[in-house]
Amino acid sequence: MKVVVCVREVPDTETYIKIDASQKNIVDANVTFVMNPYDEYAVEEALKLQESAGAETVAVCPGSARADDVLRSAVAMGVQSVIRVNVAEPIWDGLTTAKLLAGTLKEMDFDLLILGKEAIDDGTQQLGPMLGELLDLPCISLVTKLDVADGSVTAERESGEGVEVIEASTPCIITAQKGLNEPRYPSLRGKMAAKKAIIEVKEASVGNVQLEVTGMEYPPARGKATVVGEGVEAVPELVRLLREEAKAI
Amino acid sequence: MSAILVITEYKNGEIRKPSLEVLGEARRAANGSGAKVVALVIGSGIDGSGLGAYGADVVLTADHDALASYNPDFYKTVAVQAVKSQNADVELMAATDMGKDLASRIAAKLDAGLASDCLSLEIGDALTAKRPMYAGKAIATVAVKSAIKIATLRPNMFAVEGPDESKSAAVEALELPELTSKQTVKEVRSSSDAKMDLTEADVIVTGGRGMKDPANFVMLEELADLLGGVSGATRAAVDAGWCPQSDQVGQTGKTVSPNLYFMIGASGSIQHWAGMSNAKCIVAVNKDTAAPIMEKADYSIVGDLFEVVPAMIEEIKKIRG
Ligand SMILES: Cc1cc2nc3c(=O)[nH]c(=O)nc-3n(C[C@H](O)[C@H](O)[C@H](O)COP(=O)(O)OP(=O)(O)OC[C@H]3O[C@@H](n4cnc5c(N)ncnc54)[C@H](O)[C@@H]3O)c2cc1C
Ligand SMILES: Nc1ncnc2c1ncn2[C@@H]1O[C@H](COP(=O)(O)O)[C@@H](O)[C@H]1O
Repeated sequence: MKVVVCVREVPDTETYIKIDASQKNIVDANVTFVMNPYDEYAVEEALKLQESAGAETVAVCPGSARADDVLRSAVAMGVQSVIRVNVAEPIWDGLTTAKLLAGTLKEMDFDLLILGKEAIDDGTQQLGPMLGELLDLPCISLVTKLDVADGSVTAERESGEGVEVIEASTPCIITAQKGLNEPRYPSLRGKMAAKKAIIEVKEASVGNVQLEVTGMEYPPARGKATVVGEGVEAVPELVRLLREEAKAI
Repeated sequence: MSAILVITEYKNGEIRKPSLEVLGEARRAANGSGAKVVALVIGSGIDGSGLGAYGADVVLTADHDALASYNPDFYKTVAVQAVKSQNADVELMAATDMGKDLASRIAAKLDAGLASDCLSLEIGDALTAKRPMYAGKAIATVAVKSAIKIATLRPNMFAVEGPDESKSAAVEALELPELTSKQTVKEVRSSSDAKMDLTEADVIVTGGRGMKDPANFVMLEELADLLGGVSGATRAAVDAGWCPQSDQVGQTGKTVSPNLYFMIGASGSIQHWAGMSNAKCIVAVNKDTAAPIMEKADYSIVGDLFEVVPAMIEEIKKIRG
């Protein structure tokens, strides 16, 4: 069995975001890039299959040389081999990314492709379902439980609608979310392996982009923060403000 | 622009509010442009004729037993057929879990650019939208220039138009293509009494680690009920096993934009903020004046939540008579 995971580098959640002079991008200097948190669930699920079923595991990430760090984090967790699809600039058009990855993935002959539910930088939740269409494979998104048997998977999908139990044959694609597992921390041995890991770099051409970022701004400032008071005495005034000032109740 | 196709979403036979919001925005975009607004209703035995009052010129129904609940392959096939039969050049949906999943598939099938989770929208030669990035720390303007343009709209950000009972829509049945799927739904565990999805709620009362015990969430539910809202949770409260994952708001939970958001015994971590910074009005109750939420909340009370929350419930009951 071969399990491929897609990982993406994103600014650490704690990072202060500064918009650059072009007002289309952020200033990268001083930003710590980490593995997208949802991709940690994807990697963990692949590693579980590596351990329980002897699956071969591969992580793929399009990006510049900077993304090597995230691929090394995947090796540190336990992934066997890593591939970077070389692209110089970030691509914000999901369909372009999907097409770019589809080319590489098509040749990989995997049984299972696991992605995160969403990348927390642009937060679109689109890559998994798009790859399902482009590769003509079943894609089950928002998975919180996965059982892999010979030639098929059974997955629990948890959405705003409730929980669905879904069956599909392999090869298939799933997107992982919190609840699926508890991602492990890299072991010392893993960290050593990560330092020595050989990153295979593949060239690919970026196709015709259909969505462009044409501007970037800070969110509108929130109004002033009012401390209404202390303890229960402040409650009537709070309720009055919510009614009369905020018109929220 | 010739036609805007709005793919609506139903729950227990009722249209979901985010779909009405999308319909309203489609109406506003179409007005003056000559484009028609087509509402696609996918399901089994659903009567969508009332959507004319909310802005649809045409209601297109895809009615089949197999469409009773969401199957991505069936729904995608139906939606693509609808786009083609209506010559729609714009396709809009709510940015719900279903909307995001389905829109991505349609975009790939039609080779169309997709702007996801939009906060505002303008449709001309291009579709231009504002959408959050970096968990709301920045707002990007994106332009979609493909022949067919797709966008999903964040719930609670767009106004519903109507109902205007003087308006009605022509109802047409979509000729259904053959429905095949690469996956089978074995079981659906969503009960009809399940609570409202947090992303749709107008009021959310969130409890954090300060709630101390799952039993104390009853108090938050009471406050939420009084205001027609639902309770939510921080990751600390979910990880402690006090609340289900579906209640979690934040970076690894849901993104919500209610009118009113209460933070009870929750510090306001950056990861929580990522999921609720778009709330119109934020109220915090925390005993620690140094908690990050106290600098950000529109209104806050410093105090013990076990005293303040019951007093809030009493006060609201009093003014409500
Ligand atoms: C990758 C990643 C993703 C994450 N995703 C999420 C996410 O999606 N959502 C999320 O919420 N968190 C998330 N977190 C966790 C986040 O960092 C915080 O740990 C968490 O939000 C804290 O929850 P809390 O506010 O309930 O708890 P705390 O930070 O412990 O705050 C509890 C607050 O309650 C107050 N309090 C205690 N007792 C009382 C009382 N009797 N009366 C009044 N006030 C009282 C305290 O003063 C304190 O401010 C994530 C973290 C990481 C690293
Ligand atoms: N540029 C990328 N490189 C690798 N994986 C990606 C990339 N973009 C998205 N992914 C994967 O797709 C998931 C969903 O991302 P998105 O659809 O962009 O929200 C992420 O969690 C990753 O697993």
